[in-house]
Amino acid sequence: MSHLKTAMISALLGATALTASPVVAKDLRIALQSDADVLDPDQSRTFVGRIVYTSLCDKLVDITPNLDIIPQLATEWTTSEDGTAITMQLREGVVFHDGTPFNAEAVAANIERSQTLDESRRKSELASITSTEVTGEYEIVLNLAGPDATLMAQLADRAGMMVSPTAAAEAGADFGLNPVCSGPFKFEERVAQDKIVLSKFDDYWNADEIHFDSVTFLPIPDTTVRLANLQSGDIDMIERLAATDLPQARAAENIVVDSAVSLGYQGITFNINNGEKGDNPWGNDKRLRQALSHAIDREALNQVVFDGAFAAGNQPFPSSSPWYNQSLPIEGADMEKAKALLAEAGYPDGISLEVQVPNSTEPLAVMQVVQAMAAEAGIDISLTSKEFATLLADQSAGDYTASQIGWSGRVDPDGNNHQFVTTDGGINDSKFSDPKVDELMNAARVASTTEERKALYDEAMVIMLDELPRLFLYHQTWIWAYNDALKGFTPYPDGMSVWKASPGKSDLAVPALPTGRRGVLNRGA
Amino acid sequence: MLPFLLRRIVIAIPTIILISIFVFLLQKLLPGDPLLVLAGEERDPEVLEFLREKYRLNDPIWRQYLAWIGNALQGDLGISLRTNQPVVELMVQKLPVTIQLAVMSMIFALLIGIPAGILSAVKKGTATDYVANVVALSGLSIPNFWLGIMLILLVSVKWQLLPASGYVPLSEDFWQSIKTMLMPAFVLGTALAATLMRHTRSSMLGVLSADYVRTARAKGLTERVVILKHALRNALTPIVTLTALLFGELVAGAVLTEQIFTIPGFGKLVVDAVFNRDYAVVQGIVLVTAVGFIVMNLFADAMYYVLNPRLRGQ
Repeated sequence: MSHLKTAMISALLGATALTASPVVAKDLRIALQSDADVLDPDQSRTFVGRIVYTSLCDKLVDITPNLDIIPQLATEWTTSEDGTAITMQLREGVVFHDGTPFNAEAVAANIERSQTLDESRRKSELASITSTEVTGEYEIVLNLAGPDATLMAQLADRAGMMVSPTAAAEAGADFGLNPVCSGPFKFEERVAQDKIVLSKFDDYWNADEIHFDSVTFLPIPDTTVRLANLQSGDIDMIERLAATDLPQARAAENIVVDSAVSLGYQGITFNINNGEKGDNPWGNDKRLRQALSHAIDREALNQVVFDGAFAAGNQPFPSSSPWYNQSLPIEGADMEKAKALLAEAGYPDGISLEVQVPNSTEPLAVMQVVQAMAAEAGIDISLTSKEFATLLADQSAGDYTASQIGWSGRVDPDGNNHQFVTTDGGINDSKFSDPKVDELMNAARVASTTEERKALYDEAMVIMLDELPRLFLYHQTWIWAYNDALKGFTPYPDGMSVWKASPGKSDLAVPALPTGRRGVLNRGA
Repeated sequence: MLPFLLRRIVIAIPTIILISIFVFLLQKLLPGDPLLVLAGEERDPEVLEFLREKYRLNDPIWRQYLAWIGNALQGDLGISLRTNQPVVELMVQKLPVTIQLAVMSMIFALLIGIPAGILSAVKKGTATDYVANVVALSGLSIPNFWLGIMLILLVSVKWQLLPASGYVPLSEDFWQSIKTMLMPAFVLGTALAATLMRHTRSSMLGVLSADYVRTARAKGLTERVVILKHALRNALTPIVTLTALLFGELVAGAVLTEQIFTIPGFGKLVVDAVFNRDYAVVQGIVLVTAVGFIVMNLFADAMYYVLNPRLRGQ
């Protein structure tokens, strides 16, 4: 182990050291909570898949820890006056892992693939692009149906990942069996549920900044075992350390713990108008939902279940987010108000509520605490624990009253809201519908400045927190733990995290360790 | 022996067909739509419909079954809905892992279970018997996941003697592979040893009180010969069946142990597949495992033949 450690330290300092780095295989071993799904950026859905992509596939643009969009494969971009065209300058001298050159044609082919491949899950993310024009070897114009404030954030995620057009054309939908991108590491092998091995790509455009010969991702589902592997030195880094393991990890020698509050949320989604079951007191009367909200002490919930390691929440963004509406802060429990609201709604003696919960430890613990808090106000919550796929199917079909569910979060605020609360939103399982919210959400999509958008979301938030189709509870914190021989790790709130060679150096030593859940589907996936 | 085995094989065929139908139907009874898991976060209806067509989920169930079994007979078990990898390839990847784990666990189980069973039968009612019984019961009662985590914490984290978890193929590094598999094999082995010990004990007790054993003793044979040659051989018949079945169970997957030690074997594959509604993978594995069980049973029957000369006359 000490060999490996030395090797890694010198690898990380390699940029400044005068001596040649020792000829030792430098393998960075990262433990993931679960196995990734298919490794095709256009087809993939799991969060852990994205963790792998950060080393495997470069994107058109990237984000900073503050969620600003910065260049990656696109070096600069300008939006036309009317917002219907984006002209991008592309990085020169970039090649894909199979030697295919990266240029404007490749970008056009990638966007076409994301939009037209039958299996593509990226269609809605790129829906605003109507056509592409190659205007030079390294210049491309994206024509849009209308202004789209969310597009650049989409291009900083899977929709913006560039795959080799040659390999993609050859493999079609089977591309994921042998992915070919242009990232700092190239695909070597995958043994399902065992490992995904990537090796250094020598022709990477920023190859000097790669300090490992290979990266191995190992799915280790049990959190205790993940930590034990880190302690024994078999693994260099783990993602999603359980909050309950924090004291042990902090006490351990040679282990560094780092964290970032996620962009996502966890909460309770109500069935407002989805099928017959939407016609119930909880769906029909917002005062009941408000009563429940007032009965919950969110800070206490965070302390009891997560030892305070997560962040209490009452909006789709954590309070640390620039999009958070500061005039609607988290309030403590107010039983009097809760009881008054129940009485006003016609239930002075209390009312029952059935909530479906994913059958894993955390959601159950959270809902048991909520259950106890609600009981004080006279709300009798019964929990129906369901395996996740079943819960999702029932929720989508409207076969539920309330559902404990979350969202892993998006860089752009639109991703945490539009599809959930607009009348035609794709995952509006509440079937909540409010013309004003629709108007505000749609306006925020096309507004050109951040200030304008913020004002629109602030206004929508007032209605959303009054209507409460989604009742927010807390925001998960992504917790990483790694061997202290590794230096230069930066946690990103969206889950992206980047290793830097040394302070002040440009990024991408070992790029990116995104963690956290990238969508509701990733829980348990 | 041949007609005897042939008869058994013929009986096995309808069993396999029934199992395949049962597995197929059971899958479809699972609540939850596999496509919701597959379609992605935004659940684009167009993509949902395309995938439904692609995986024939719109067809009547009997047609789905026939298509599947038809392909299966040609050695094609379909592709994983989750990773797009062919199911056969997945199983070929997992089989050596699972077999290695099963063999190593079985070695632990046999080395501990049978001598302990003999000892406690021969020394019935003595302190040795009680100690052996307590140890056996503990082996049965201690949950694998607990013993596994304790071993990891002690052996890997504290003493740093063995790797905490994972898997190294035998072909890649023989000793490392054995070392990595030692703890999980021990955890599984101790639980099985307990079962084997109890059965060996009761079987030996029955045999030791038989007339021919008394005769053997009366002939003046040494106790060693009486026990190992005369008694044990007869007592072994039920143990062989049990061993074969336990081995079958091991191959079917030691889910918890595989989960704890992150061994990419059959058990983990099938459990993950069930949660992800990865129909093709579940069906493929259950079918292959069922065939494996039947083969192990046939093997046990053949072993009776070898061990028990009386059967040869039949």
